[in-house]
Amino acid sequence: MIEARRGIRGLAFEGWTALALVVAPFVLPKIGFVPDTMNRVLVFGLFGVGFDLLFGFAGLLSFGQSAFFGTGGFVAAYLLTRMGLTSVMLGLAVGVVAAAVAGLLVGMIALRRTGIYFAMITVAIAEVFFFMENSPLSDYTGGENGLPGVPGPTFNFGFASVHVTGGWSMYVFLAVCYFVGLALARRIVASPVGRIFVAIRDNPLRAAAVGHDVHAYKLLAFVIAAAYAGFAGGLLGVLQGYMPPEAFTFDTSGQLIMQTVIGGLGTLIGPLVGAAVWLYLRDFLQGSLGMGASWKLALGVVFVLLVFFLRRGIVGGLSDLIALARSSARAPGKAAPGGGDDAPVFAAAPQNSNPAPPPARDPGEPEIAGPILQVRDLSKTYGGLAANSEINFSLERGELRGVIGPNGAGKSTFFKMLTCEINPSSGSIHFEGRDITNLGVTEVCQLGLSKSYQVNQLFTRLTPRENITIAALAERRGKFRLDLLRNPADIPGLSQQVHSTLALVSLTERADVPVSGLAYGEKRRLEIGLALATSPSLLLLDEPLAGMSPRERVETVKLLKSISKGRTTVIIDHDMDALFEMSERVTVLQLGKILVEGTPDEIKANAAVREAYLGGVLE
Amino acid sequence: MLSLPNFAAQAFNGLVLGALLALIASGLTIIYGTLGVLNLAHGAMFMVGGYAGVVAYQYTGSYLVAVAAGSLFVMALGLLMERVVIRHFYDRPPEDQILVTFGLGIVYVELVRLTFGSLSQSMPPPSWAAGITSLGFMIYPTYRLAVVGIVAVALLALYLVLYRSRLGMIVRAGIEDAVMVDSLGIDVYRVFMIVFGIGAMAAGFAGIVNVPIAPITPDVGESILVETFVVVVIGGVGSFPGAVLGGLIAGEILSLTSMVDPAYSQVMLFLVMTFVLVVRPRGLLGEQGRA
Repeated sequence: MIEARRGIRGLAFEGWTALALVVAPFVLPKIGFVPDTMNRVLVFGLFGVGFDLLFGFAGLLSFGQSAFFGTGGFVAAYLLTRMGLTSVMLGLAVGVVAAAVAGLLVGMIALRRTGIYFAMITVAIAEVFFFMENSPLSDYTGGENGLPGVPGPTFNFGFASVHVTGGWSMYVFLAVCYFVGLALARRIVASPVGRIFVAIRDNPLRAAAVGHDVHAYKLLAFVIAAAYAGFAGGLLGVLQGYMPPEAFTFDTSGQLIMQTVIGGLGTLIGPLVGAAVWLYLRDFLQGSLGMGASWKLALGVVFVLLVFFLRRGIVGGLSDLIALARSSARAPGKAAPGGGDDAPVFAAAPQNSNPAPPPARDPGEPEIAGPILQVRDLSKTYGGLAANSEINFSLERGELRGVIGPNGAGKSTFFKMLTCEINPSSGSIHFEGRDITNLGVTEVCQLGLSKSYQVNQLFTRLTPRENITIAALAERRGKFRLDLLRNPADIPGLSQQVHSTLALVSLTERADVPVSGLAYGEKRRLEIGLALATSPSLLLLDEPLAGMSPRERVETVKLLKSISKGRTTVIIDHDMDALFEMSERVTVLQLGKILVEGTPDEIKANAAVREAYLGGVLE
Repeated sequence: MLSLPNFAAQAFNGLVLGALLALIASGLTIIYGTLGVLNLAHGAMFMVGGYAGVVAYQYTGSYLVAVAAGSLFVMALGLLMERVVIRHFYDRPPEDQILVTFGLGIVYVELVRLTFGSLSQSMPPPSWAAGITSLGFMIYPTYRLAVVGIVAVALLALYLVLYRSRLGMIVRAGIEDAVMVDSLGIDVYRVFMIVFGIGAMAAGFAGIVNVPIAPITPDVGESILVETFVVVVIGGVGSFPGAVLGGLIAGEILSLTSMVDPAYSQVMLFLVMTFVLVVRPRGLLGEQGRA
């Protein structure tokens, strides 16, 4: 967990980066780097920081970043050359804003679709930016000639005024810009927003179901990446004293992607390393070895091999190596789990007590009289098939209701309609007196209605602690908030909530093991924990006991009893003994309709139920 | 400017371009529809087809040999690419598939550049389609008219293979449910390999047929790839009829807009794509299922 490493060790990364930026001008020229190459590496490194946030963290592979690189660059260059703006920094700032606005507009179109559609649409849109620059807007952008005469910034320190022109003074200026950009990105990654980015990449469906506005966060990631691209584009113009139209080409986007993947995705500093390798090879193979154009072929082959074998690039590979060396240097068998440093943030868990479940949320207003959930005439048809028909269902506050029914009775469809994952064909659902019939799953979760899934929907690349944190963040922060620079440890009540949820589902000792290393029963408990961590006032559990061993069942039944205290709970399961033991009332579904409803004893005695399960038993 | 012959000529240009785009997009879309892989090297395949054909032409002087060589070479490249690389990516996230095909596209482009240089290569149209033809209301290059026919035949052949053959039946079943087809005892991987080869061949065929119209450079595949994406998004990803319809629409948009102002032709194409995305996100003929 990145945020946990803040504090003493936390700033080490920034420290080492700063040191490297200071030392580089003394070392790299010895192996053939010239100042101009190093300056370009910084510009593309900064461009890549934003792209890594977008792709490496939020998981959105855009092939259209050149659009924002060019927009920021040309807006800044236009202001500084044609409009007579004297403050270079102001020009760059306006360029950043323009790129961010362009990112917002493009994102609104491109994010209508995901996956390969998203990639294709970003390619097409970026191409349009290039054509716009080239002809319709050529009066402003210089068309194929670009905009020459972009000035360098001047800084007045009172005692002396420094004009940045080229060479090493430009290096210092760009290095400071890069460092600020990198440090800012590190803060974003560690913030609640950064954590949610990773969760969305991992499992967008669950991120939405625990109450995060996935679309808004994706758009945010896109805008941030566009802003970084715009800043880097502006700096390219300042560096060259000239804004080239090539900034807008598909080649620019491709170069960015290749540099980022070669350097290392999800590392933030990877793109800088990738750009250094890229530009060094270009100069070295082309110049010193006289290999002409083959440098790009060599890089293409390297890129394909990296995608094939070393998905985390140079930086990722190195850090894996270091981690391996460290863990083998320590006592064998005592390899520290990755999240070992997290303890200071989420105070070490006392293992003694049986913790109280997180309280169901307070409705705020004086309690509305009447049932917490009221379902009227709910139907769902798929073509001619009625999965649910005219279900009437009402639930008293604090009740624990069991729902049973043979396979295909429509139980899961019923739950999906309650959580608004699917819309009913007709009928209405009222939750706490409010009509939620056509809301989305995110809104409903924010209102306090949450579900654990029949088939696990976990954030599989995160640890249980991180999983629970993602869910708890949705409850603490609402569905969308722009707290880009906030440390999650500062959110009041968050760590207690995570801690008590973990303890409740008995995962405290396994909190920092990757989800892939958990046993099935543990994953099942985490699944329940995810629903629980949003502090729902109505909790739906879809077959929580499915696939468990008899011993696990006994423990889970105990767990379900304790979490249902003080909250309304509905449980679907096939384990009737367990359900009859826990529930006050039981509803039986058959063929999409409610067959009967009553106390466990009444259900056990009911002839229709027996018939439904055993098939036409004659009394 | 806006005379009838001029309009007719541009409309025909749009038809020629649209037919080629339809063929290229069909190749891309059947690969995606069957394998679930978006091939970013598809533009490079178009380019490779052109070069392979030109080389064959330089040795034989025969247009037919050139077209056969261009198509078959790219088909072989597609089969090889599926077997050596793509097969290992079916279980990896779509982003990895996109990245690796993108990288392979660059490798192809740079290999060609290294071999042939950056200068453009060309080939004359075959003697039976040289010169111009009078259509009564206008005169038009014969070869371009021939291209419309050639591409129509190619699309028909593709249609017959996909919809009227045993292989096509397996392919379409594989699109619905690859696991089920596998468990019926059909070697799905072999089918995937063949489909990848056929899809690549469509691009290579278009690449060599296009050479007498426009000389070829190593970078020509890039803009083709972008236009193909737009075609596929308009028509609906994974839909063969959608690719054909989208190609014809895109060709006409590009040609007719450039009659008014060439600078806006790409912009107009993009606007239409955006409009389709807003009104009908899965494309004109796209299916609800995959995408």
